[in-house]
Amino acid sequence: MITFVLMVNRQGQTRLSRYYQPVELSRRAALEADVVRCCLSRKKDQCSFVEYKDFKLIYRQYAALYIVVGVTDSENELSVYELVHNFVEVLDKYFSRVSELDIMFNLDRVHILLDEMIQNGHIVETNKSRVLAPLTALDKMADS
Amino acid sequence: MALKIVKGSIDRMFDKNLQDLVRGIRNHKEDEAKYISTCIDEIKQELKQDNIAVKANAVCKLTYLQMLGYDVSWAAFNIVEVMSSSKFTYKRIGYLAASQCFHESTDVIMLTTNQIRKDLSSPNQYDTGVALTGLSCFVTPDLARDLANDIMTLMSHTKPYIRKKAVLIMYKVFLKYPESLRPAFPRLKEKLEDPDPGVQSAAVNVICELARRNPKNYLSLAPLFFKLMTSSTNNWVLIKIIKLFGALTPLEPRLGKKLIEPLTNLIHRKIHIFSSHKMLCSQSHLIVSLSRIAVLISLSSGMPNHSASIQVMKYLGLLAMSKILKTHPKSVQSHKDLILQCLDDKDESIRLRALDLLYGMVSKKNLMEIVKKLMLHVDKAEGTTYRDELLTKIIDICSQSNYQYITNFEWYISILVELTRLEGTRHGHLIASQMLDVAIRVRAIRVFAVAQMATLLDNAHLLTGNMQRMGICEVLYAAAWICGEFSEHLENPMQTLEAMLRPKVATLPGHIQAVYVQNAAKLFATVLKNQEGNTDSTAAQETSQLMIDRLPLFVQSANLEVQERASCILQLVKYIQKLQQKDVEVAEEVCALFAGELNPVAPKAQKKVPVPEGLDLDAWINEPPSESESEDEQPKAIFAKEEPKHSRPRHTEVDEKELARRREARKQEQANNPFYIKASPSSQKAYQEAPGVEHIPVVQIDLSVPLKVPGLPMSDQYVKLEEERRQKERADKKKKEKKKRKEKRSGRGRKHDSGPESEEDITPAHMVDIVTEEMPEVHRSCLNITMNLKGNARTNMISAKVYDIQGNLQDGSQVVVSVIFENKCDSFLKSMEFNVLDSLNSKLQRPEGSGPHDGLTVPFQLPPGVSNEARFVFTVQSIVMPQKLKGTLTFIVKNEDSSTHEKLDFKLHFTCTSYLITTPCYSDAFAKLLESGDLKCSSVRLEGVIMPFHHLLARICFHHHFSVVERIDSCASMYSRSIQGHHVCLLVKTSGQTVSIDAKCDEPTLLGNVLDEIKQTFSQC
Repeated sequence: MITFVLMVNRQGQTRLSRYYQPVELSRRAALEADVVRCCLSRKKDQCSFVEYKDFKLIYRQYAALYIVVGVTDSENELSVYELVHNFVEVLDKYFSRVSELDIMFNLDRVHILLDEMIQNGHIVETNKSRVLAPLTALDKMADS
Repeated sequence: MALKIVKGSIDRMFDKNLQDLVRGIRNHKEDEAKYISTCIDEIKQELKQDNIAVKANAVCKLTYLQMLGYDVSWAAFNIVEVMSSSKFTYKRIGYLAASQCFHESTDVIMLTTNQIRKDLSSPNQYDTGVALTGLSCFVTPDLARDLANDIMTLMSHTKPYIRKKAVLIMYKVFLKYPESLRPAFPRLKEKLEDPDPGVQSAAVNVICELARRNPKNYLSLAPLFFKLMTSSTNNWVLIKIIKLFGALTPLEPRLGKKLIEPLTNLIHRKIHIFSSHKMLCSQSHLIVSLSRIAVLISLSSGMPNHSASIQVMKYLGLLAMSKILKTHPKSVQSHKDLILQCLDDKDESIRLRALDLLYGMVSKKNLMEIVKKLMLHVDKAEGTTYRDELLTKIIDICSQSNYQYITNFEWYISILVELTRLEGTRHGHLIASQMLDVAIRVRAIRVFAVAQMATLLDNAHLLTGNMQRMGICEVLYAAAWICGEFSEHLENPMQTLEAMLRPKVATLPGHIQAVYVQNAAKLFATVLKNQEGNTDSTAAQETSQLMIDRLPLFVQSANLEVQERASCILQLVKYIQKLQQKDVEVAEEVCALFAGELNPVAPKAQKKVPVPEGLDLDAWINEPPSESESEDEQPKAIFAKEEPKHSRPRHTEVDEKELARRREARKQEQANNPFYIKASPSSQKAYQEAPGVEHIPVVQIDLSVPLKVPGLPMSDQYVKLEEERRQKERADKKKKEKKKRKEKRSGRGRKHDSGPESEEDITPAHMVDIVTEEMPEVHRSCLNITMNLKGNARTNMISAKVYDIQGNLQDGSQVVVSVIFENKCDSFLKSMEFNVLDSLNSKLQRPEGSGPHDGLTVPFQLPPGVSNEARFVFTVQSIVMPQKLKGTLTFIVKNEDSSTHEKLDFKLHFTCTSYLITTPCYSDAFAKLLESGDLKCSSVRLEGVIMPFHHLLARICFHHHFSVVERIDSCASMYSRSIQGHHVCLLVKTSGQTVSIDAKCDEPTLLGNVLDEIKQTFSQC
């Protein structure tokens, strides 16, 4: 299963974090720093999987933003790898050319999208229009 | 009151919202902490207000701060307040904050039960949705118990959006409150056939997770999943289903067979699914897929630009292989070169995966070579983690199944000694235990080991030089013990004794010092024994004096163990010295202190101990708990946690079967216990003629290996020595075999089963005290031929490359050709059609209903720069002649404004060689085949071949798929088989630059063509 999803920029600042297994707040900071260091140190031409302690990290880089997903051993690497891209495509569709600032300023919306796609640490929805449906409905509600 | 409201709304205008906060943090880069603390103060003020909008805004900001790592648990109650707001915009913020901050031990969760229940039954689907999502993050056992019923009702909600979420959250509820599973299960099952694909995939997800915990109860759902697998198009769902089947197949073997076909289809369509494909029965398709994976990896290694996505495929390919390795080691072994190549990859993740695979790659033949390669990597590796990983892997692969693959233990000891020179490794302990293990169990190696260990002790300062290397000094523990225990083999015990008593030793960790002291005493005994034989007694007295001088250092040690041992031995030596001064012979008695040899224990040793009278081993010590109660009341478990505990079986009722099972288990355990001698397996293969350890020709081998190696050993030299040794043995064996054959011919009729020229024949130079049975050889059942397309791309738009032609062993008339299409231009290629002009003999297999001249549509389009692979099946009637097929590829080039039709002609060349499969052949079977007289003879002569004989053989093996049956000097016999079962035998002789090949085959035309092709191969070079 997926244990966490992180979005960090190249400076190592967290832009989004979601844990599917409870991790103490005090340990989160250390974990995030460690994970980010792991991914940032890798070159572009290296593969997107890193074995880290007892779980695996799957990461993808989009401009200055890294999306890092921690998974347990039983998870299929490629499905998560593709999911990350799917997630970014969804964000791109919603924000029309998503940028780091979009994510920072609309954290709650990004969370809604993420929750539509991953729940309990499992991939549940990958259809873009279905992922976006609740959020667009919400926006309409807020407008009216 | 009114004033307050007005004031509140005015305040709000000046409040920061989330955007302001983010902006503010960015603007205060230098004093971020200070800025945030003022923000938190503001938020605290905002939370105190009655206005829910202000509160929601504050909570929203808190969520952001929480993400940055600030503790916001103090606001838990406010979050609950916001959650209970009636307005959805605020409720959503509350739930988001709750899902981020709450966990099981948050006490305010209790307060939310009613609120959540209200939200779940809200008419607004988004209210329900957000409550469900939030709940999945912070559900507690209490919440699960209280809300299980509500959620279950939601599973049949009219809106698919709610149904989907409810099904998913049920999984969390099951985990927290297992009792809910039984009532909910029928409904969950129903959801597998829900009309909405989202709900369906949610149900698949949940059941897949449940089934992994306790697959047995889900077997009945297999047909349903089978249907889903063949109909679903969602990759993510497919992966889940295949995973589920992976858990089910071990329980129901029939399922595996049924799955072969749909899985093969899937794999061919989407290779990546393979990495989740863990169920493996003996399926031939697997090997086919494996070769595809291998091709994938080789392709990606061949590409000059290691782009990330290619690396990703490489990684996944290796991962898949490691899963296959567990069940089909032989089929993975055939890709050894590829895997070794991956070891050189610059990506650590890939190297680690490749390392994992190496475990299954080794054989007696290549162990040294592989380890040598690894040692090179050890030297080059930067970063201790990777180096440590390499070290453990080296030791793992060498020591696996009781050192099965090690033929020369001197080599192994030198490897271990070389490993001690690693900087900063944590695995000193591992190396030490290996040294001890080998030295104790391999008697023949002790002399060598002791010499090596003495050198190590002498150079101890190199190991302990700086503090970083503390991990490695564990090795000294082993070194000291080996030198002490087997001190009779020491060449210069006095020097070693001195090395052991150096003052520097006192800086070592306590437990090592303790071993030093104890073994110094053992050494002392040996030295005394040697010296007392001499007439001059002063030497012996000097030794005692040395002990008395040096030991007090250890007596002062802070470590209790060291102190105790040292003072005891010191007193002993003082007493000995006293006796020596009276000219009493003491050596004998001192040696008696440490007499007795350490021997491994035989597995049946325990049986020989008689059971004391009156001891009944089968009697119960305590009465077992009565089993009758509640046996049938136990609810049938669907979920792992409810699984009834196995009641202890009564000893008296143990039947034969149970006994056999236990015996098996015990054997297993003993196999893993290195200090047990296993019974020499009775079912040993006949060609391993030596029945026991004594008969293994250790003496003969020792001659070829100089035992005394000055200084620290270099493992490399052993590789060479081993080669020579094996060659010699092979020659010996040849002679023996010839004799045997003569015997056979002269009609004695004794049946010999002399093995093939395979690794089993390599007699180890040293034998571990344990002989294990070897796995039976599994034959490769696929052929894997590479061939170049003769007529290649005329235009520079597309390149098509045949990279693989595979004959089908099951069906001798089918050949599969894999072609890779690569788009080299920068326009889009589509509507590709592949057509081949059929000959009488070979036909392209076309789908039913299409005419003999219709082309096959290539099932993909090619965007610029992309390559993809298609496979075409050909039916071949006769394989005795080489064939050329003409074909055309038509395609449409689509630019932004125009599209043109293009055509590409090509020739497909099937050589006779490509119908041959490398098949190993036993030399006796080979002899029989030649004698049978069914074969036609033919011969060919090659002039001016300037290459070593073994290169020549390798070339024939590689290019023409032969295997060497046996080789004597400049003469070798080779064998291969065609996909239609023709035997092809070669006898290759060389003298000077002339090579003559005498060949026999049951099909003369095929033979002629193969020989022509061989001739051509050599004329090209």
